[in-house]
Amino acid sequence: MNTNNVPLSLGDVVALATSNPEVLRIRQRTRRRRILVRLCQLAIVVAFTGTWEFSVRAGWLDEFTYGRPYLVLLQLRDWINHGTEVGSLGQQVWVTMEEALIGFVIGVSLGVLCGVALGRIEFLANVFGPFIKMMNSIPRIVLGAIFVMWFGLGILSKITLVVVLVFFVVFFNAFQGTREVDRNLVANARVLGASPHQVTWQIVVPSAMTWIIASLHIAFGFALIGAIVGELLGAQHGLGLLIETAKGTFNPSGVYAAMLIIAVVALTAEWLITLIERRLLRWRPPQLSALPEL
Amino acid sequence: MAQAHNPNHLQGGQAPAIELRSVTKRFRAPDGSAYTAIRDLSMSVAPGEFCAVVGPTGCGKSTTLSLVAGLEMPSAGEVLVNGEPVTRIRPEVGFMFQTDAVFPWRPVLGNVAAGPLFRGVPRKDAIRDARDWIRRVGLAGFENHFPHQLSGGMRKRVALAQTLINAPGILMMDEPFSALDAQTRQIMSDELLSLWDLARPAVIFVTHDLEEAIAVADKVVVLTVGPGTVKAEFPVDLPRPRRTQEIRFDPRFVELYERIWHALRDEVRLAYARTAEQVAP
Repeated sequence: MNTNNVPLSLGDVVALATSNPEVLRIRQRTRRRRILVRLCQLAIVVAFTGTWEFSVRAGWLDEFTYGRPYLVLLQLRDWINHGTEVGSLGQQVWVTMEEALIGFVIGVSLGVLCGVALGRIEFLANVFGPFIKMMNSIPRIVLGAIFVMWFGLGILSKITLVVVLVFFVVFFNAFQGTREVDRNLVANARVLGASPHQVTWQIVVPSAMTWIIASLHIAFGFALIGAIVGELLGAQHGLGLLIETAKGTFNPSGVYAAMLIIAVVALTAEWLITLIERRLLRWRPPQLSALPEL
Repeated sequence: MAQAHNPNHLQGGQAPAIELRSVTKRFRAPDGSAYTAIRDLSMSVAPGEFCAVVGPTGCGKSTTLSLVAGLEMPSAGEVLVNGEPVTRIRPEVGFMFQTDAVFPWRPVLGNVAAGPLFRGVPRKDAIRDARDWIRRVGLAGFENHFPHQLSGGMRKRVALAQTLINAPGILMMDEPFSALDAQTRQIMSDELLSLWDLARPAVIFVTHDLEEAIAVADKVVVLTVGPGTVKAEFPVDLPRPRRTQEIRFDPRFVELYERIWHALRDEVRLAYARTAEQVAP
């Protein structure tokens, strides 16, 4: 056995890192750098909100049109303590999340199933290809209006819009990922005895998973857009309705406050998806995931 | 030859394990024209025989292997495995690919156990066999490593265990060690020979390295420049067991090398002239 080829275990790396002064110095430098990045980010937030607040107070910006950060905080506190016009704040957040999540799960499942099916079976791809391209060319947000007419102001019209938005993003990635599967891996699996079914679920899907997961980040963004646009078009609850109501009463603080909540929700979801990604793609070489990312 | 169609008569190394009869394979090129990879190729490999195939680039060596494995069907002619025409992928055939074909998302254990699991062997037995094969190829302790955590030579060992765990009676090897450095390659050749000696499957070993071919094989088949067909066959009567590093200095080896190289040289030159034409039309 060639011991030079043995990769270091995590234990070895940790032992090396704590003993070697060179490694210690590098680690310290990375930590300092991380702190610096965070400080810069904080400074940007303070500068931005500070300038905004000050400009309004100084009369350079119109408070009635632009609002100001402090009023946004007051609005948030008011919503949390006394609820919104249409019910408690938690309920609005939950309704929007519910629409986005249910639609996301259905859209992702359909997208993966259809993408893999069309990627694997050329006949299906030939038959359905033009229809899918045609449907994809429609600006899908306008479908929201139709869904409100069809399914009413309840949760169903929003879920449908979310499904449609999410489906295409995931579908195209799953399709492409299926097409790009290394032919050698498929040939190897077939010779080893895999049935077409086993090839699909044990070779094609894991291999396309890189592509599919990459699409989930964008797809969840689309899910939130779908839910909120659906609510803007007509709803009884939800963050989109809060924005619509605040707009109707010329309350910019309300719009900003709702936006802030949406941003927090989106970032949380993004973080969760990244966790899932790390778990599912842990077989990938680390240098691929160690690249600087946003 | 007629008895080759009846599997009951397949004993004593009489009927060939692999036989190609006047096989031609054409592919449709991306521009629509037909491209002939091999033309009228006939060769056979006896049960337990280790046959190396050498030839210039693009002479259809890999195509020949795909035909025997049932991954491709011939355009004309017949491919027989154990006397039966190949119409699908046959369970007794193993295939080691030139590029890495281990599944990157499975750890070593999952990769080696893949064949038995695909074939419906109970999970417990498959895992037990896989552990056994991992030990046999010298990877004990690496069961839970992912392929990217291994060196090129170790990944080849995984591929070897993955193929041999199915106990193939017929083994196709497509330049399996060409991506390795010279030393690792010789070590792998020796280990391949000792593993081959345990079960003695019939092997077609494709390589571009004539030294490697003579060192491992019982018979060297030289293919012509593409469309490939058999130019000549040379029996290799060197004694076994062999040590591939040392056998290169055997006078008989040197003599064989000269004879085979003489046959191969013209084809290599032709192939080179052809690629040169394509580069500067």
